[in-house]
Amino acid sequence: MQNDLLAAELRLKFEKANVFVVSLVSSPGAGKTELLQKTLTRLKTDSRVAALVGDLATANDALRLERAEVPVRQITTGTICHLEAHMVHTALEGWSLDELDFLFIENVGNLVCPSSYDLGESVRIVLMSVTEGEDKPLKYPTIFSTADIAVITKMDIADAVEFNRADAVESIQSVRPGMRIIELSAKTGEGMDEWLEFLKSKSL
Amino acid sequence: MHELSIAQSIVEGATEEFERHAGSSVVAVRLQLGQLSGVVKEALLFSYELASEETPLEGSRLEIEEVEAAIFCQTCETERTLESIQHFRCPVCLTPSADVIRGRELLIVGLELEDEYETATG
Repeated sequence: MQNDLLAAELRLKFEKANVFVVSLVSSPGAGKTELLQKTLTRLKTDSRVAALVGDLATANDALRLERAEVPVRQITTGTICHLEAHMVHTALEGWSLDELDFLFIENVGNLVCPSSYDLGESVRIVLMSVTEGEDKPLKYPTIFSTADIAVITKMDIADAVEFNRADAVESIQSVRPGMRIIELSAKTGEGMDEWLEFLKSKSL
Repeated sequence: MHELSIAQSIVEGATEEFERHAGSSVVAVRLQLGQLSGVVKEALLFSYELASEETPLEGSRLEIEEVEAAIFCQTCETERTLESIQHFRCPVCLTPSADVIRGRELLIVGLELEDEYETATG
């Protein structure tokens, strides 16, 4: 597929520029933008960061992320429910990758379609929030099996929604044995240190 | 539903290849489709008809060969077909494995061409 070729080209470019590219996928409302906003704010104190955000129709996410005062570009996909490598390629025009340490790519909220599209990212993060049901990975095995790390979000309300941690971990491990899981709350900051440490290590 | 985007890129890829074979027409495009490709066969077949309209591939068939997901089992030291994509483990010894060796395919593996001359006379 054309997308795979372009993604491979992007990956090579990212590696050459030594920029760590992190893509985020999840269902709508799992907290990608919130996590990204907090991540950008904390990372920018000692790293050079930028973000691309995919959305069907609005630029709201980019506007939210601009509060972090880092370079952000919106990719409006129209009716397309996922990002493709050529969209990333186009959105990067004019940016010098050499001047970046981290590039984040927030995919359109969708657990189905993004699984078929490599974006050339260094790591793919799949997010699920504690409100979504512990069996989400079993319902969407493809996306979980193509991701490198799972992040469980909104841990601050885990008790209130009776989140069953053991079931969630079991579901994730069932579709992606050995996958690292980071539990956090972008709102309270719980777990954020572990997440940032992982990012700064720039490796799995 | 992203099968239409996928179908369009199959049509593009196949058209590019087909253009190297002047004087023929495309009867079928052969595709390997992995169980973990994230693509639904029926939706893809339907999308292919739409995507190939008014292209050199209009009227051609999309022949899909489905590829089951398989992992390498460290314990049995062999590849095993998954019993379910909800459980990435060896179906024999139950050892978990994330080492996928088949099932992500989304691959054009061949074009079936027909000589225009033969079509006209036959």
